[in-house]
Amino acid sequence: MDNSIIRVETLHKSYVNGSNALHVLKGVDLDIRQGEMVSIMGSSGSGKSTLLNIIGILDNYDAGAYYLDGIKIEKMSETRAARFRNKYIGFVFQSFNLISFKNAMENVALPLYYQKVSRKKRNMIALEYLEKLGLREWAHHLPSELSGGQKQRVAIARSLISKPKVILADEPTGALDSVTSTEVMEILKEVNATGISIIIVTHENEIAAQTQRIIRLRDGIIESNEVNHNFSNEVSAGVLLEQR
Amino acid sequence: MIDYLEEIFSTLKQNKLRAIMTGFSVAWGIFMLLLLLGSGKGLQNGMEYNFRGSSTNAIWIHSGETGESYEGLGKGRRIQFTNEDYDMLKRELSGIKNISGRMYLRSSAPLTYKNEFGIYSITGVMPEFNGIEVFDMQQGRFINRLDIDNYRKVIVLSQPIVDVLFKDEDPMGKYIKAGGVPFQVVGTFYDYQNRDARRAFIPISTGQRVFGGANRLANLAIATSSASVEENKQIESEIRSLLARRHRFSETDDRAIFIWNTLEHFRQAQGVFAAIRMFVWVIGIMTIIAGIVGVSNIMIILVKERTREIGIRKSIGATPWSVIRLVLSESVFITAVAGFFGLLFGMGVLHLANMVLMGIAENNDMVNRMFYNPSADFGVAVSATLILIAAGLIAGFIPARKAAAIKPIEALHDE
Repeated sequence: MDNSIIRVETLHKSYVNGSNALHVLKGVDLDIRQGEMVSIMGSSGSGKSTLLNIIGILDNYDAGAYYLDGIKIEKMSETRAARFRNKYIGFVFQSFNLISFKNAMENVALPLYYQKVSRKKRNMIALEYLEKLGLREWAHHLPSELSGGQKQRVAIARSLISKPKVILADEPTGALDSVTSTEVMEILKEVNATGISIIIVTHENEIAAQTQRIIRLRDGIIESNEVNHNFSNEVSAGVLLEQR
Repeated sequence: MIDYLEEIFSTLKQNKLRAIMTGFSVAWGIFMLLLLLGSGKGLQNGMEYNFRGSSTNAIWIHSGETGESYEGLGKGRRIQFTNEDYDMLKRELSGIKNISGRMYLRSSAPLTYKNEFGIYSITGVMPEFNGIEVFDMQQGRFINRLDIDNYRKVIVLSQPIVDVLFKDEDPMGKYIKAGGVPFQVVGTFYDYQNRDARRAFIPISTGQRVFGGANRLANLAIATSSASVEENKQIESEIRSLLARRHRFSETDDRAIFIWNTLEHFRQAQGVFAAIRMFVWVIGIMTIIAGIVGVSNIMIILVKERTREIGIRKSIGATPWSVIRLVLSESVFITAVAGFFGLLFGMGVLHLANMVLMGIAENNDMVNRMFYNPSADFGVAVSATLILIAAGLIAGFIPARKAAAIKPIEALHDE
């Protein structure tokens, strides 16, 4: 069995807006193996966000096939989609998307709430993850009291807590300065080192350069898909996250 | 469960003022419903209080003067009931429980005990009379069959008479004079109909014999054994035709005798109050609907404001059902808590009103006849609670559906 975690075959997606149909994805083929760290690049309108949404089961596709961990993801009920997202996928967003009235710990623990983990237990696990990301003492702060880099680290902790197979990061450094960007990338690399696949959507070359493979989308088709030879999997700060 | 409440609280805390304002409309609705229901109940109780001293299926027959010529007899002829009428009705009528004739001694016979005396209404009755009007015997007994058969000179007094004539003395077994004739007191009673009424009862046979009443009866009273208006009306018309035949007046002559059918009037009054209660429910529920719309409105705005949060929750694994539950439970929570306060407040006001009324009624029995014990009972509280929960669910329904329909992709890019 191949160890592909995400396999996409001739994927098509168009948005119908009134009488206009916008063909966004025009037959995309993609294969991401377990433990890979891949970046998807493209200008706006290239279809990269749509692709990420489909991979994240936030959106349906029209034609083709999509396998997540060997399971074919088809049009499914929202309830099932929610379960898949909860179990397989962690999201990291450009705008962090933390819930403003919950503190860092509660935010991190939220995916476990939907797995019906008891409050005490999930808060304990959330604290562990915050600890790993160096935010232990910020656990009881609200997002508004955290810096951008800290918020993104909370978001990463949240994406990790449900032990997903894949982390989808949509412009994870888009709202951060270059220093914190580097920090966040370091963390993502560490996460990747534990065996979790990471897909980063970005338009910054510097970010893409830090991934193993760079996929360029243009007008809904894959323009190039090349292995990044400059990639180094060395983690500067040592392994913070335990091996899975 | 605690988790669940935590989730609700954490979001409500965001908008304390709004939650309170929204809840107020519901609390107000329930409060009004309760007040209305309580008042309706109070009016009804007052009405029933009026009927309290009388068997509700009593029929009272009074005689008058004929209003039509009949069988060669002119009009304006006085109808006089006698013991024969009593015997005939007792014999001929079926479906009656108690029947009694009455005669009055009026002012001709003052009651005297030692140096105290007073002029009271003294009525000659049969033992069955206590089943037609209802008296609460405080001491001793009512008139009985032996008193009638043996023409005993015994008397039963209402409490106010006892208070006046005997002061602190025990009246039982004492002799008092009625029109100069000594009667032995065998019982005292509390009069439900009018606790201040000064009434005395003696055996009718004794009254007729001692006070020269011959065999005349002033009027007749019957308690039927039926609880239906139709049957009572039937009995009423039988009485009319029996008496018409005996006294030779036209059955259609409504001035020869007068029949007061208590049940009919009781049922009519009940019907009126049933209608009032209906009306009160309708108004109350309308008020609550206004509250529901308010809650629903706020919840829709809340959901709109929380679009992004709901999107986040969905992206990390919240199922549509869990989102629906979140919104619904919030809405039920607001309505339930607010409604509970409205309920408490309403109950409190009713209780207060009741206490004030009771205070007034101490000195004036009339109050009780108009408005008595205006309380909302347990059944009302239960229905109100059910209405509240239903209200919360209804109020949350549209917002919840809106929330469940939120697409995470759109929500997350909704900056």
